[in-house]
Amino acid sequence: MADKRLSLDELVGELRSGMSIGIGGWGSRRKPMAAVRAILRSDLTDLTIVSYGGPDVGLLCSAGKVAKVIFGFVTLDSIPTDPHFKVARQTGSIDCMEIDEGMFYLGLLAASHRVPFLPTRAGLGSDVLRNNPSLRMITSPYDDAEELVAMPALRLDAALIHVNRADATGSGQILGPDPFFDELFLGAAERRYMTTERIIDTDQFAAEGPLQTMCISRLLTDGVIETPGGAHFTACVHDYGRDEEFQRAYVSAAADPDAWATFRQRYLEVDEPDYQAATQEAPSERAGQLAGDAKEREVAK
Amino acid sequence: MSATHDAPDESGVTRAEYCALACAEVFRGDGEVMASAFGTAPAIGARLARLTFAPDLVLTDGDAALVDGAPAIGAALSSLVVESHMPYRRVFDVVWSGRRNLIMMASQIDRTGNQNISAIGDWARPKAQLVGVRGAPGNTLNHSTSYWVPNHSPRSFVEQVDVVSGVGYQRAASAGPAATRYHEIRRVVSNLGVFDFETPDRVMRLRSVHPGVTVEEIVEATGFDLAVPSVVPETRLPTPLEIDLIRTVIDPRGLRDREIR
Repeated sequence: MADKRLSLDELVGELRSGMSIGIGGWGSRRKPMAAVRAILRSDLTDLTIVSYGGPDVGLLCSAGKVAKVIFGFVTLDSIPTDPHFKVARQTGSIDCMEIDEGMFYLGLLAASHRVPFLPTRAGLGSDVLRNNPSLRMITSPYDDAEELVAMPALRLDAALIHVNRADATGSGQILGPDPFFDELFLGAAERRYMTTERIIDTDQFAAEGPLQTMCISRLLTDGVIETPGGAHFTACVHDYGRDEEFQRAYVSAAADPDAWATFRQRYLEVDEPDYQAATQEAPSERAGQLAGDAKEREVAK
Repeated sequence: MSATHDAPDESGVTRAEYCALACAEVFRGDGEVMASAFGTAPAIGARLARLTFAPDLVLTDGDAALVDGAPAIGAALSSLVVESHMPYRRVFDVVWSGRRNLIMMASQIDRTGNQNISAIGDWARPKAQLVGVRGAPGNTLNHSTSYWVPNHSPRSFVEQVDVVSGVGYQRAASAGPAATRYHEIRRVVSNLGVFDFETPDRVMRLRSVHPGVTVEEIVEATGFDLAVPSVVPETRLPTPLEIDLIRTVIDPRGLRDREIR
């Protein structure tokens, strides 16, 4: 069987500017953040990001990587909105396709099943249709003749997901309560990448959790990358919860250019092991440092 | 406004408790449907309905499970009794089957029942980006939807919302039979009163005022021409059992008092 293990650099090396990239997870939960950070360090640009959006979308917008976002929401869950996404929208620096989150699901499902669209009521009468003039309607060919939205397939050039456990051949295990739509992101994509907390031997899956946690088959993956803490600071339930304090620091840093420069320098302009080391610092120390640095800069001005 | 929102009225019932009760009434007569409730008053309301007049209601843990009983607001997920797995993908099966009754929030709501949680201003380049349309377009077309607005003002009750996320009566009608088939905007509950669309032309009507609020205050706080019947009842008083359930079983930590400003 093929060994699908890759490094983060190899993963980014397989991506190209201009690609349409789907990102698994939901809001600020089980996002492939190590892969997102690797993209931030790359020279990739002009991306279309397709996401049940969280800080993945905000961070990529903050670094000017994004041409367009396809979304139903962008939220940090415990904080309603992402500050960088807000700025990107309010300055008009990105294109958008904003759709109902169920339409989003059907778009991924249609792409997975290789059909051009799936019909739905969702969208009818709302501004989703008005703001996306490319969306078309379909009339039922049966006697009801209902006129429904034809949600087009959301075909992806690449998909990135993060799971709790995987093996070297690309099977994945999700130990948290919700697999979200990760399987469909993979199904909708040409190139499929899965980061994981830990690569284990295939015969160890059963000891980690019941059959229904083994929900990503190797039929759906091309590359698997071991990234412990790879969903941080989003939640990766079973292994860790959301780092709320870090998320608050992310949001408050975004409000101030100096604080953001410090945040970037400490957490984003470093490789993944250094990022993980930096986040291991005591939370109070970490927050104190950020505040302290901002204050020092303030004084220096 | 003259009313002090947190102060108990003559019967000792607070405004937050009237709001929770009004939210509970949204679920009356529903039978076995999934109750989804966003915001504290709706969350209390769904539990209150489940414990009293709507015993077959199905409650969620707000994450990926359906839970038995009516756990206290803010209880740890690990302390709940799970009756079924309900990940997001399965939620859509429920939404599209219609077996759901939802109270969601609205940054803006208008006269014909359109709701906005997407953006303030021009959608192409908004003044303020909000969370996004989320499931509002599909929810409103597939099952009963109501709204909770804890800050009733001309900024939240507007003539026309900036981005139609949840679909109101007029928009549904103009989108045709596929849109109206399962569409229902049942109620709007605000910190001042209760509203519905039970008028011949399906525009928002004042259904009841919370005790301590006047009709004039509500009209003044509403940015459009509200339908006001000649006689407007007060939101009903909770029974002693209901008030006891709210205070000692459902919300013993008093989170309801933090929501109503």
